[in-house]
Amino acid sequence: MAHFNPSLLRRRRRNEVVLRSLGFGALALAALMLALLVGSLVSTGWQAFTQTHIRMEFPVTAERVKPDDIAKGNFRALVQDAMQAALPGLPAPEARKLAAMLSNAAQFRLRDAVLADPALIGRTVTLTVPVSDPYDQLAKGQIDRATPEANRRLKDTEVAAFDTLAAEGRVSQPLNWALLTNADSRFPELAGLRGALVGSFYALATCFLLAFPLGIGAAIYLEEFAPKNRLSDIIEININNLAAVPSVVFGLLALAVFLGWFGMPRSSPFVGGLTLALMTLPTIIIATRAALKAVPPSIREAALGIGASRQQVVFHHVLPLAMPGILTGTIIGLAQALGETAPLLLIGMNAFITASPATPFDASTALPTQIFLWADSPERGFAARTSAAILVLLAFLAAMNALAIFLRARFERKW
Amino acid sequence: MPHFKLTVSALALVAVSATAAAARDQVRVVGSSTVFPYAQAVAEDFANVTGKPSPVIESTGTGGGFKLFCEGVGEDKADITGASRAIKKSEFELCAKNGVTDITEVLIGYDGLSLAVSRASTFDWALTEKQIYQALAAETDVGGAWVANPYKKWSEIDPSLPDVAILAYGPPPTSGTRDAFVELVMHDGCKQLDFYKALPADKQAAFLTDSCSRMRQDGPFVEAGENDNLIVQRIEADTNAVGIFGYSFLYENADKLAGIPVDGVAPSPETIADFSYGVARPLFIYIKNAHRGVIPGLVEFVDEFVSDAAMGDGGYLQERGLTVLAPEKLAEVQAAATAAAPLAAPAK
Repeated sequence: MAHFNPSLLRRRRRNEVVLRSLGFGALALAALMLALLVGSLVSTGWQAFTQTHIRMEFPVTAERVKPDDIAKGNFRALVQDAMQAALPGLPAPEARKLAAMLSNAAQFRLRDAVLADPALIGRTVTLTVPVSDPYDQLAKGQIDRATPEANRRLKDTEVAAFDTLAAEGRVSQPLNWALLTNADSRFPELAGLRGALVGSFYALATCFLLAFPLGIGAAIYLEEFAPKNRLSDIIEININNLAAVPSVVFGLLALAVFLGWFGMPRSSPFVGGLTLALMTLPTIIIATRAALKAVPPSIREAALGIGASRQQVVFHHVLPLAMPGILTGTIIGLAQALGETAPLLLIGMNAFITASPATPFDASTALPTQIFLWADSPERGFAARTSAAILVLLAFLAAMNALAIFLRARFERKW
Repeated sequence: MPHFKLTVSALALVAVSATAAAARDQVRVVGSSTVFPYAQAVAEDFANVTGKPSPVIESTGTGGGFKLFCEGVGEDKADITGASRAIKKSEFELCAKNGVTDITEVLIGYDGLSLAVSRASTFDWALTEKQIYQALAAETDVGGAWVANPYKKWSEIDPSLPDVAILAYGPPPTSGTRDAFVELVMHDGCKQLDFYKALPADKQAAFLTDSCSRMRQDGPFVEAGENDNLIVQRIEADTNAVGIFGYSFLYENADKLAGIPVDGVAPSPETIADFSYGVARPLFIYIKNAHRGVIPGLVEFVDEFVSDAAMGDGGYLQERGLTVLAPEKLAEVQAAATAAAPLAAPAK
């Protein structure tokens, strides 16, 4: 029996305290970083979740809009007429210039309203339209009224006109649903994520349809059927290596193979999905193999014992039991693919398109590339929208990870 | 495994049909990140006004744009490329080699390149092209000798300049903005050096391209990537750092950034238009004429691009920061663009 040595015991205790506090410190640091990230995003991005709107009365005259050719009507002038009527205190040319306060969409909303109901010609249409970005910034306090006029984006007359209209109760700041329902636009007040969301959905669906069956097939073969020899060892090592290859490499591969040789359409979510599938495949294979390995051999042996074939063993017994683990791995792989940017930039999924894609073969953006695109725009309003888009992306990632955790907790079996 | 066979063959079918489904009804524009915002504006108005499918605009940089544009003629190739400099001879030849022989060049307007500092800077900034060259070039003239740039502070170049370390953020060599900056500022600055003036006349041109075109690599000039917004943020944070970027970024951030006058002229739409501000450059789009009439909407898109409502005085491209052409020049450009005037091979 060893001597009781109090100094040794103290050292052991001390080491344990050090290890624990290091672990706690690491966790605290990670939590702090996360809080900083989310905090900075929310502090810059929250303003993009509302959008300043203004209510205006537009007198639609037959002189500006011919009833027989409504689409060709001068709706731009109608918007200017409305501004002139709303600001009677100002000289007409100046008031008409202030039509820039309304978003560029105002004239098209007005056109669509009149197209839908030609009886509106000769009457006054009241519409609530978004204000343009500088005025949105003003309403949200992002433009400092104390700044000398020469250095300010909006001049004194413009600020005064906005204040006049605001005092009449025309200005409101509702939730900015356009952020999710509009496609991209060069005007921050109209720009939304619909194109990117649909694009990301198509890309992920393609990725899932391709990587999921292929990944499971490869994993079943490697785990259940392949002979254990040098070749299968090499394959296994290479799959693990493949999982660690930087994603930009897959982008270059896609550029050369899918676009170069096969002539697939540039910027399309389908090609994006193929590229992401290449990237997700190793993750799914590794997760599936781990899940198959976790199924106890006794189950296989029992099934074989009562006369099931190898194929029946796998599909009737092993695979269903491994499914929760496989799904968890797949969802985590897809969540990774959702946030992937580099390969999509290489295949041109960072294009500007003002419509959302109708099919997976139409050009579109994806969430991360849309963020990339907005981050590089000069307009002030895009700074907040970039942060808001990142928050939307994070929300999707969190939801996917939560689903993975739920599936694991709900269906996972312990032996 | 019938299910797997089914899935795999279904995927193969989808992959084959992908190529068939590529029949394109949208105009595709690639090219310079400087032309990008203007192409965006035209695309959005074009889609809104005509109701035709929204054009696809991709920002690839001027060089990358020509590479894609010159890949060949066909549905999967770009129709238009934007450029912040004229097409080079090598690019024209690449195009010709791939069968893109009928190109129309359209000058859309001018873009000012601005040098700016944070408004928090307490110094009174005003630079000359010669001073900018001396501060940012790899090699310069010091007392008659051609040596590696020794200057660390602006005040070492001229005692009247701020007594702070030289620090400038600018675009990388892949950028058209960088090419323009070197050509418009660095070359002009270099020409004013005594060493250059003392060279025999026949050696000057080669000296300009070989020795006067390199930015210094020892720290004071930082390549900040293609993202102009990033440069804006950096110089906001770093009070006495100078940023080099497109004028539209200065215009949008006028409350935080002050433009630096170059040779006594401050950047503004007026000084850029009349070329009194020396750091302005032309912007172009190049149109692949073989695609006219083949890609639906291309002709209409070009018409919209060169229309008075877009490119004219008071047009929406001017609102976006473009310095527009004079009326006579605009008419000339419009005629050439509509008539698909072919471009002759450039000299260099």
